[in-house]
Amino acid sequence: MADDRKDIDEVSGVETTGHEWDGIKELNNPLPRWWLWTFYATIVWTIGYTILYPAWPGITGATAGVLGWSSRGQLAQEMEAAKAEQSVYIDRIAQTDITEIPTDPELVQFAVAGGSSAFKVYCVQCHGSGAQGGEGYPNLNDDEWIWGGTLEEIAWTIRHGVRHEPDFDTRFNEMPAYGRDQILDSGQIADVAWYVRQLSGQEYDAEAAARGAETFEIECSACHGVDGEGIPELGGPALNDAIWLYGGSHAEIVAQINNPQMGVMPAWGERLGETTVKQLAVYVHQLGGGQ
Amino acid sequence: MLDQTAVEKLDVEAVNKGAKQKGEPLYAAHQKVYPKRAEGFYRRLKWIIMAITLGIYYITPWLRWDRGPYAPDQAVLIDFPNRRFYFFFVEIWPQEFIFIAGLLVMAGIGLFLITSVVGRAWCGYTCPQTVWTDLFLVVERFFEGDRNARIKLDKAPWSGEKLARKVPKHIVWLLISVATGGAWIFYFADAPTLAVDFATGQAPLAAYLTVAVLTATTYVLGAIMREQVCIYMCPWPRIQAAMLDENSLVVTYNDWRGEPRMRGQKKARAQGLVPGDCVDCNACVAVCPTGIDIRDGQQLECITCALCIDACDAVMDKVGHERGLISYATLADYNHNMRVATGGEATGAIDPSRVRDDKGNFVDAIRGFRWREMLRVRTIIYFAAWGLIGLGLLVALGTRDRLEVNVQHDRNPVFTQLSDGSIRNGYTVKILNMVAEPRTFTLTLDGLPGATMAINGIDGEPARSFDIPVEPDKLRPLRVFVSQSPDQVQPGSTPFSFTVEEAGSGEVDVYNANFEAPEE
Repeated sequence: MADDRKDIDEVSGVETTGHEWDGIKELNNPLPRWWLWTFYATIVWTIGYTILYPAWPGITGATAGVLGWSSRGQLAQEMEAAKAEQSVYIDRIAQTDITEIPTDPELVQFAVAGGSSAFKVYCVQCHGSGAQGGEGYPNLNDDEWIWGGTLEEIAWTIRHGVRHEPDFDTRFNEMPAYGRDQILDSGQIADVAWYVRQLSGQEYDAEAAARGAETFEIECSACHGVDGEGIPELGGPALNDAIWLYGGSHAEIVAQINNPQMGVMPAWGERLGETTVKQLAVYVHQLGGGQ
Repeated sequence: MLDQTAVEKLDVEAVNKGAKQKGEPLYAAHQKVYPKRAEGFYRRLKWIIMAITLGIYYITPWLRWDRGPYAPDQAVLIDFPNRRFYFFFVEIWPQEFIFIAGLLVMAGIGLFLITSVVGRAWCGYTCPQTVWTDLFLVVERFFEGDRNARIKLDKAPWSGEKLARKVPKHIVWLLISVATGGAWIFYFADAPTLAVDFATGQAPLAAYLTVAVLTATTYVLGAIMREQVCIYMCPWPRIQAAMLDENSLVVTYNDWRGEPRMRGQKKARAQGLVPGDCVDCNACVAVCPTGIDIRDGQQLECITCALCIDACDAVMDKVGHERGLISYATLADYNHNMRVATGGEATGAIDPSRVRDDKGNFVDAIRGFRWREMLRVRTIIYFAAWGLIGLGLLVALGTRDRLEVNVQHDRNPVFTQLSDGSIRNGYTVKILNMVAEPRTFTLTLDGLPGATMAINGIDGEPARSFDIPVEPDKLRPLRVFVSQSPDQVQPGSTPFSFTVEEAGSGEVDVYNANFEAPEE
């Protein structure tokens, strides 16, 4: 206040703060006692708190607090607790033979959830977010399995990969490049391609297909089967069905015979561990096409 | 004719007197109220209501109800962990919360109805605050005696006798409070099991905390604060007052026959004065649990417990006047009678001779309560709304489904081509069995010619129909793959439906879905 004279409000007899708005003056009532004590109590609390917990910033860090608590430490604790909770199931999956997992609904549920999340991290890049695949990358929802679709076979493929040479047990087979290496001439390749069209129930050139049938028996049936039904033990894809990894038109089939493309899948066994491989296999198997 | 000496004038003043006089602050230091024991019709009614409400509260969780082996046997149970609410023969799932909402709406409208007819009956008779305060007062009277004895005891210096009266009182109060908090937790778990767990220290922490909090609130609000809660803390009187109209029954001091009040009426008559019926004994003030004087007119503090009616009626019997000097009356009747008593002038003085004839009976113009006043547009609408919602809930309860089906179509991928050229769609079908016994449902494809389905976890060749066993009270999610042969597939989207049927009850639920195929 500008002068020392106290301004007393007439009605209440209370000193004012001297602030005035349109004739309304602010009374200078003391804080309620309980409020004041609560305020002091918060100060005392603060002192205790800054001693117990990390609080005062320094140049390279903050005071640690005598309790040794940190948010990072708490997170680590929570992660550990979550892992401990999961370990019950993880241990059971580790101890259960993969073919036995489907008989335990609880384990199936855990394996599908775990497999689904592992799939989203390691597999979607090639097989797609819904495992629907794409050209050159097999659709895992369907019922054609190049290397077999039982739980054990799927797990093996995941564990050891396909054409992943560093792994001794990897799935391995290569198709000869019939055109590039001049094993067959272009007429023979065209004929075989027509015969493959016939096998898969598509439109075909009957004359050419008849010629191609002979070549197919000699050159192709060893891997793809006498009727093109595929030989999963050798990784020979079925040719008598509606599913084509690299396309089913005449031109696409010719291209594949000429100079085959063959996908490579890494071996995940060592990197992910056996229980995750099992979970992934169970997940993929239940997508609808598992044998 | 009157034995005035029989009616002693009680030394009591309404606690809110000060606030009614100009210039006094609205908030005054708490004045302890010492309600005197009342006897009479309303007091008996309150005992009965207290017994019923407390009985319901304490006993309900212990009632058993046989629901078979798959559901709890407690008649009333709020089962949070399993998300169920059991009420005798009714079992409510979370998605059926509409029934609870409906009951709450009925409670609200019911309160409107009751309030518009009989005023603040909730406050005076059934409010937990009133019921428990009444109970605590019984305990207090047992240990410390009635009004005068309590005042004397409070004024007396601390002594062994005072301690001997006060300590047991507080112990009993606390015991009641613990029982109150204790009863609450039994609504949320199997009561006999929880009781044993609680006693042996095995119950969950939440149970102990709940009992502690409710013990504290019961003791503080019911035993210590009493009428302070009604007057200062409770928002309800402010709201409830808005539901009253001039035809609602309220506790009224009939000053048209009571005024001018005076003591020594014989002497007054001898002096040529005409006294009203009120002998100014203050009995109505002494029994009031909120410590007010009903003769000051309608007040916020009045909880309409009607104990002043009992007190006044007892005095009227003693002095030979007609009962009902304080009574339940509508403001419309009261205003009418006031006009009679004052000769039609709104501000005129009350003349007792105007309301009575020579024989001492009330003149015909005086109006009493008639039952027909309860039937008004307002109360009829409330009752109709209340009844319709109730009927609606009953019908909904009687016809509700105990089976529910939900279907989610896989979106990634929308369809899959199989090696034989057929198109397959994946669905998650959820079948909800809302009955507490295992049931088998038949899941059937309707439409989509030539299509078959296969289900993960259900053995069997692809077919158009499967039997699905579902556990009691459980939801069973199924991965269902529907395939249609290449010669039957229609391009684009084709509607079809999943039908789920239960043979025993004949319940059927149909879910309309779509089958997606390539556009060509």
